[in-house]
Amino acid sequence: MAVLVLAEHSNNALNDATARTVVAARAFGGDIDVLVAGHNARSAADAAAKIPGVRKVLHAEGEAFSHALAEAVEALVVPLMSGYDAFFAPATTTGKNVAPRVAAKLDVMQVSEITKVIDASTFERPVYAGNAIMTVKSGEAKKVVTVRGAAFQAAAGSGAAVVESIAAPSGPFKAAFVSEELQKSDRPELASAKRVVSGGRALASAEQFNQYILPLADKLGAAVGASRAAVDAGYAPNDFQVGQTGKVVAPDLYVAIGISGAIQHLAGMKDSKVIVAINKDDEAPIFQIADYALVGDLFKIVPELTSKL
Amino acid sequence: MKVLVPVKRVIDPNVRPRVKADGSGVDLANIKMAMNPFCEIAVEEAVRMKEKSIVTEIVLVSIGPAQAQETIRIGLAMGGDRGILVQTDMAVEPLAVAKILKAIVDSEKPDLVITGKQAIDDDSNQTGQMLAALLDWPQGTFASGVTKEGDKLNVTREVDGGLQTVSLSLPAVITTDLRLNEPRFASLPNIMKAKKKLIDVKTPADYGVDVTPRLQVVKVAEPKKREAGEKVADVDALIAKLKSVGAI
Ligand SMILES: Cc1cc2nc3c(=O)[nH]c(=O)nc-3n(C[C@H](O)[C@H](O)[C@H](O)COP(=O)(O)OP(=O)(O)OC[C@H]3O[C@@H](n4cnc5c(N)ncnc54)[C@H](O)[C@@H]3O)c2cc1C
Ligand SMILES: Nc1ncnc2c1ncn2[C@@H]1O[C@H](COP(=O)(O)O)[C@@H](O)[C@H]1O
Repeated sequence: MAVLVLAEHSNNALNDATARTVVAARAFGGDIDVLVAGHNARSAADAAAKIPGVRKVLHAEGEAFSHALAEAVEALVVPLMSGYDAFFAPATTTGKNVAPRVAAKLDVMQVSEITKVIDASTFERPVYAGNAIMTVKSGEAKKVVTVRGAAFQAAAGSGAAVVESIAAPSGPFKAAFVSEELQKSDRPELASAKRVVSGGRALASAEQFNQYILPLADKLGAAVGASRAAVDAGYAPNDFQVGQTGKVVAPDLYVAIGISGAIQHLAGMKDSKVIVAINKDDEAPIFQIADYALVGDLFKIVPELTSKL
Repeated sequence: MKVLVPVKRVIDPNVRPRVKADGSGVDLANIKMAMNPFCEIAVEEAVRMKEKSIVTEIVLVSIGPAQAQETIRIGLAMGGDRGILVQTDMAVEPLAVAKILKAIVDSEKPDLVITGKQAIDDDSNQTGQMLAALLDWPQGTFASGVTKEGDKLNVTREVDGGLQTVSLSLPAVITTDLRLNEPRFASLPNIMKAKKKLIDVKTPADYGVDVTPRLQVVKVAEPKKREAGEKVADVDALIAKLKSVGAI
């Protein structure tokens, strides 16, 4: 048996989601090859070769891969699949964009956002915003799976897989990259951070979000998250959204500030180890899942907490 | 341009889903249902494109039980022109939905399909991408902005690191994210008018698609329950607690 894992990377660096996906692929079984499709992505390919349990790294270079266009990655992956029994992609926006295209071309039904591998055809995945955990068995000849990173810890150790260059389709493709606006930050990455501080609608403006949430996050060495309401209102950028339809996180410490705890938000953070909630409403639903609840005005509590840490 | 918008009937997002005691699924008996919120955003975007005269006709499609007709009616009241109900009582998986949609695209020949990025019941996030692959069309998933540039569409996408803009040749598939627009409420006069709009009723067999599930649901269980913890009196007490459990 052999599994092809799609690497998540930024050409010069490998994203932690790749190693987590490899861990899920190892639970599935068989030989594991990692595909790094990029543009000037040799350093990402070298980093992928160090993930423990990888047989080899397939490195494809091409301009269309610099921003992981789904149309191009599909054209690369589908022919490769004749040599594999499964395609595992991280459930990142890149993986979610590409994997269903591959599944459709292979005429198989994808299993989305698995949180557990039970055996080589059976997986667990949350549905209904995590209010139900579904166990599904796939009888498909080839499995196409996306992996929820928060449910798998990257393995320790270091491997030494070979990196093999492979040919890449050059297009033309019907989609082209135009531009991007990426958030630049020295803080840890939200999806894999050990600590997360999130702010909600209560912050009431982008200025106050920055003034109250960021210093606390920096004191804790935490990544910053937000509720949908805070993102919709423009207090925080879209990639901060934690929840059913945003990012799913499971840090050691999650601090929810001025967030009510709607089921869609809980879906993205309720597997955190320790949850702290700060809210002025002592009946806020977030308190039903928080380990430590502090009832009061965030504009008083947060500065005090930041200064005393 | 002609636009096709697939709309799914799902549990109302404000209702807390309950797992059936026998572990066979989620209990939907007597539960309030609604149009999937991402589909509402898709309909709204199509209607706005029509208001800007970019779009001439909006066709709504739903695959589901007889009641999915109500979901189509909501979309018609928002500004859709006509509907197609592909009626079945089976739970149809994204791959089969995409195949039915492909057959409808082959006969309706739209220039654009706008789907939601995700149905809030199965949380699959697959259908739009699968349809694009089956049609060999380009896709702009997780869209927060769509503009027509000549004979192309520029789609701004919500990606993990921020925003990305791609240019798509037409025909194309777009899937909507939350920030694309704020869907309108259908007004009473428009709801009345929508009653007169045409809905064709078909079956999956009419499109030659076998909707037998490819994935077998072994069981559906409640997630691990998380107990409420304790109220702490003040910041000092909170810091002491966090230190005692090694969280800071
Ligand atoms: C299709 C769909 C998808 C969604 N996806 C997501 C998602 O991925 N993530 C997500 O988060 N949401 C999502 N939502 C939205 C979700 O339903 C809630 O609307 C949202 O999470 C609410 O955000 P909030 O808690 O910040 O705001 P609110 O619910 O308005 O809560 C604000 C809280 O702040 C408290 N507060 C106010 N002032 C103060 C103060 N001075 N000090 C302390 N506390 C104060 C209030 O008591 C209240 O509890 C989705 C909804 C839909 C329909
Ligand atoms: N049964 C269905 N009927 C109509 N549209 C659907 C159906 N299932 C999925 N879709 C469309 O595909 C989108 C994504 O659904 P999913 O891939 O199931 O998460 C939805 O927002 C709809 O636009």
